[in-house]
Amino acid sequence: MEWFRTAFHRMGSPRWFFAGSRAWVGGLYGAGAALIAAGSVWGLVFAPPDRYQGDSFRILYVHVPAAHLAEMVYVAIAVAGLVYLVWRMKMAEMVIAAAAPVGMTLTATALATGMIWGVPTWGTGWVWDARTTSMLVLLFLYFGLMALRQAVGQPERAALAVSVLAIVGVINIPIIKYSVEWFSTLHQPASIRIGETPSIAPSMLWPLAVNALGYWCLVAGIVVAALRARIVEREAGTDWVRQWAAGR
Amino acid sequence: MEWLGMGGHGIYVWSAYGLSLGALAAVGAWPLLALRRARRTAATREGEGSAAP
Repeated sequence: MEWFRTAFHRMGSPRWFFAGSRAWVGGLYGAGAALIAAGSVWGLVFAPPDRYQGDSFRILYVHVPAAHLAEMVYVAIAVAGLVYLVWRMKMAEMVIAAAAPVGMTLTATALATGMIWGVPTWGTGWVWDARTTSMLVLLFLYFGLMALRQAVGQPERAALAVSVLAIVGVINIPIIKYSVEWFSTLHQPASIRIGETPSIAPSMLWPLAVNALGYWCLVAGIVVAALRARIVEREAGTDWVRQWAAGR
Repeated sequence: MEWLGMGGHGIYVWSAYGLSLGALAAVGAWPLLALRRARRTAATREGEGSAAP
């Protein structure tokens, strides 16, 4: 328990985090890029075509990881919001600011690739079903997080408002996830469920797993890098930042 | 060459991949550039400080 407390307080120190995170960025970017390259080539070239959709199903390998990470980034933001509300930890507020643009980009990508995929598959680029609509709500939530910070003048009030929005909005994540089960949707149901045999062939599943892992690594690296930039911007007046900026 | 056509779905597949990988590259570059910019700003501040009497 003591170990956890120490780690938690260390993570809350911008200076400690900045020093410790440098190596992680390079590693996560590298691993992520390599895995995404491998997964994408595998999915584009080696995975067999789908029985019904033919080759258009290959969009799966960029659409699904983007959507999945868009949701995971929001969950991280919601946790950070809770940490900020409870402990008023500066780093928690910075996590929200750093991660929101990343999550927004992923959500927009998931929506756009989904729309592109919809044209040959559904005959339409858009349908207002529960999955697509709740993903669109996620996009608006990300916009809201960014806009609210700008709109509230006083920094601490802005941080509080954004934290509340982050927490309130997290209800959308299980809605997105279960939308295809709770509602009758055009979007297909989950092919992968924990504890069950996937309904997707292994030869198609492996490149998805590789790409998903790649996206996890790259997105984690990007959020850490964004947090580092945010720390330097916010702590610009401190000695340690000035010393770092002047040169190691 | 036939593979590029993706069974007639080439435009969909390649635009989806282009968009996705392009977005990843852009959002990946953004914090690295932001850090570089922040560093320059912070270094300039030190410069101003040392010029003071």
